[in-house]
Amino acid sequence: MASTDGTLALGTGTEAPARPMGVFARPRNTPGWRGWVTTVDHKRIGIMYGAAALFFFLIGGVEALLIRAQLAAPEGKLLSADLYNQVFTMHGTTMIFLAVMPIGAAFMNYLIPLQIGARDVAFPRLNALSFWSFLFGGVILNSAWFLGGGADGGWFNYAPNNGVIFSPSHGIDFWNLGLIFTGISSLVGAVNLITTVLNMRAPGMTLMRMPVFTWMSFVTQFLLLFAIPVLTSAQFLLLFDRLFGARFFDVSMGADPLLWEHLFWIFGHPEVYIMILPAFGIVSEIIPVFARKPIFGYPFMVFSGIAIGFMGWGVWAHHMFASGIGPISVAAFSVATMFIAVPTGVKILNWLATMWGGKLKFTAPMLYSIGLVTMFTIGGLSGVTHAVSPADTQQTDTYYIVAHFHYVLFGGALFGFVGGWYFWWPKVFGFKLSDYHGRINFWILLVGFNLTFGPMHILGLQGMPRRTYTYRTGYGFNFWNLVATIGAFMIAASFLYFFWIIWRSYRQSKVDAVALSGDPWDSRSLEWMVPCPTPAHNFDVTPTVHALDDFWHRKYDEDENGRLVRIAATEDVSQDGSATDVHLPSPSYWPFVLAAGFPFVAWGLIFNMWLCVIGGIAIVSALWGWVVEPSVDPEGEHGPHDDHHPTADDSPAEAEAGASEEAALVD
Amino acid sequence: MTDIVDPHVVAAAGDPPDVPDATHGLSHVTSTGISNEKLGMWVFLGSECLLFGGLISTFLLYKNRAGYGDLNETPHELYDILFTSISSFVLLMSSLTMVLAVSAIQRGDHRALRTWLAATALMGGIFISGQVYEFKEFLNAGYGFTHSPAWSAFFGLTGFHGVHVTLGIIMLLSCILLSLSGRIRQDNAESVEIVGLYWHFVDVVWIIIFTVVYLIK
Repeated sequence: MASTDGTLALGTGTEAPARPMGVFARPRNTPGWRGWVTTVDHKRIGIMYGAAALFFFLIGGVEALLIRAQLAAPEGKLLSADLYNQVFTMHGTTMIFLAVMPIGAAFMNYLIPLQIGARDVAFPRLNALSFWSFLFGGVILNSAWFLGGGADGGWFNYAPNNGVIFSPSHGIDFWNLGLIFTGISSLVGAVNLITTVLNMRAPGMTLMRMPVFTWMSFVTQFLLLFAIPVLTSAQFLLLFDRLFGARFFDVSMGADPLLWEHLFWIFGHPEVYIMILPAFGIVSEIIPVFARKPIFGYPFMVFSGIAIGFMGWGVWAHHMFASGIGPISVAAFSVATMFIAVPTGVKILNWLATMWGGKLKFTAPMLYSIGLVTMFTIGGLSGVTHAVSPADTQQTDTYYIVAHFHYVLFGGALFGFVGGWYFWWPKVFGFKLSDYHGRINFWILLVGFNLTFGPMHILGLQGMPRRTYTYRTGYGFNFWNLVATIGAFMIAASFLYFFWIIWRSYRQSKVDAVALSGDPWDSRSLEWMVPCPTPAHNFDVTPTVHALDDFWHRKYDEDENGRLVRIAATEDVSQDGSATDVHLPSPSYWPFVLAAGFPFVAWGLIFNMWLCVIGGIAIVSALWGWVVEPSVDPEGEHGPHDDHHPTADDSPAEAEAGASEEAALVD
Repeated sequence: MTDIVDPHVVAAAGDPPDVPDATHGLSHVTSTGISNEKLGMWVFLGSECLLFGGLISTFLLYKNRAGYGDLNETPHELYDILFTSISSFVLLMSSLTMVLAVSAIQRGDHRALRTWLAATALMGGIFISGQVYEFKEFLNAGYGFTHSPAWSAFFGLTGFHGVHVTLGIIMLLSCILLSLSGRIRQDNAESVEIVGLYWHFVDVVWIIIFTVVYLIK
């Protein structure tokens, strides 16, 4: 619904506009917190995504520490069985939907427009809506802690265990509604970023010249676009079951609980690629910079990402080998699961080949990237063992699985993200994070991580079940559980250290302010062409792209012996951010107001329908305000040199003009 | 791979002759030549396919699990195919009037735009009324949303489609209101076209639902 509304907004404001209706005056260049609430700038939205995701990451981290403290010794007394169920469910849900996915979204929001040479995303206001509905979805989910307890059925909440009979608290309702609203966020974001990548590329930026990060994000957005609605439809069914007495998962009436498993994993398997592909993209940017070599086999990188995107749809039932789906299904999904390891392996080999023979510089971002390559390989190998269905029947629902997915999602996705933070921090905030401390931090995290999750392989193979809230002393689980708990607190310490590094590096940059060049790492893609931090308008002049790694080729060439020679100083080929009078998308209150209605609808559905009225009024009025508000403020300040701006509605005349240009090109 | 000629350098039809430089102009060129809004709607509709896909699968799985005891009829045993065929026909014809509305605004005929939008909304309304009547008949026969998996799936799927049609009607009526206040101009006729894309999609989904849910036993 929301995505249609932008289409009704008025034109460019060059003609006498009708007065925008609404209760709010249009925000203009507002300083302070209102500037953040009303912003439609993809960079600020990216920063807010990252900050909010880190906040939820801390919540999920505390939940993880509670789990590990409970399991540190046999017969743990810290959490009751019920509370333990809630804590591990909320830990998984929070980390997946409110930490890893939005951290990926933070990178994508910030970097995609810069990497393709655009001013902003295709729909800046929808971008803001995407962030706010993620944030309020997270608020709904976590408000469960204060309103009767969290969801308690595991992050997948299998039927019929998710029904009112087996889970009588409202936890799963919060889970349902919170994730439906973060699903809206993902859907809106996917529509927006797919359109951005397809439509907003700078001249000459063909698809096969896009950086690998943009490519992987593009694939991720398609996965989101098609996977999220499947989860949403499953959650609607569950919602109606729990709140309105429908019979979708009522086994006593002949319902089939496998329906939930299928719908959930048709979403759930693409979801794991949604979480990992952005991190793959990040290390594909970092490794070439610090190996000082172009990415090895760029087309292979791109097409293996696309292949993962397609094959990711054909492997979901490997999560269900123990559910009795029959030998033919099991065989088919086993084979498909083994196959999907191939494009992933291609990527690993390409990263290795990129580093092979390169002048490696082991900076913090590079270390984290190598951490991803190695840790993900371990997780990938244990993943292939799940494809062997006889072995999987033994491993399923044990700590072996927990070890596997933490190696791919923590050792994979999160290592890549931390590397990305070190790499792009100067671009976003204008100061570098301390590389020295970053390297120390890397080793602490690496050791802590392996201490935590390495032993879980052993525990799993010894038969320790997942989701068990305690164990007895004679089972032989004591030692490795204690080691894992020590490792978990090491991880916690390493993240506290990371926050200290941020604070210290910030202080350092204030004390002796060194003018930071726009290109501190001597890198390859377009975002390094603009100053650090990125100016509000991104590019002074939209760059025209001639090659993959265009910025690199502006700085370097090869001599006749194939050796690298510098052909231009970085400053000469960079932009200084001095452009003025660039027309930017106008801020708006409506995305925030619209999303702020969501929690009231959710709480209303659970507790009292009258709250829905409040939320509904906010949503409907925001939609209406949004529709009649021109996407570009006709009274906003802009100079005569009003540059190509992305938010303007393309009127048919203009679209035709575009089409005739295309025709002219064909001629 | 050929180099793309910088699209900004090429003067677009409608650009004033004295466009100062190559990086802009009145033509807000997109890489594909399709406007962001239209492309965004297509992408969104792609996502909707999967949403309905989940619900249609649910119905197909459950359609014979109609309950136990006396009230154990499946939806198929209660359908009035003739009645639903007529209301389906009305809904499909509304796609025609939608096209006429788009054509009207492209020609700049605002009166005809509003007439055809109103006709489209009216036909959508007739369809929804038919659905409400049908639901009421089933309820009177004792089959509600909470009766059994089959009936939950039936009401869930068709109700979800009904909500989509209703949202479409609201969009159509909003277009009429916006047109009356002069906010839909000939040169942004595309906004009507995009509402039309949504409307046609809802119709196409109904063709699938009507076939899968009503016609195929």
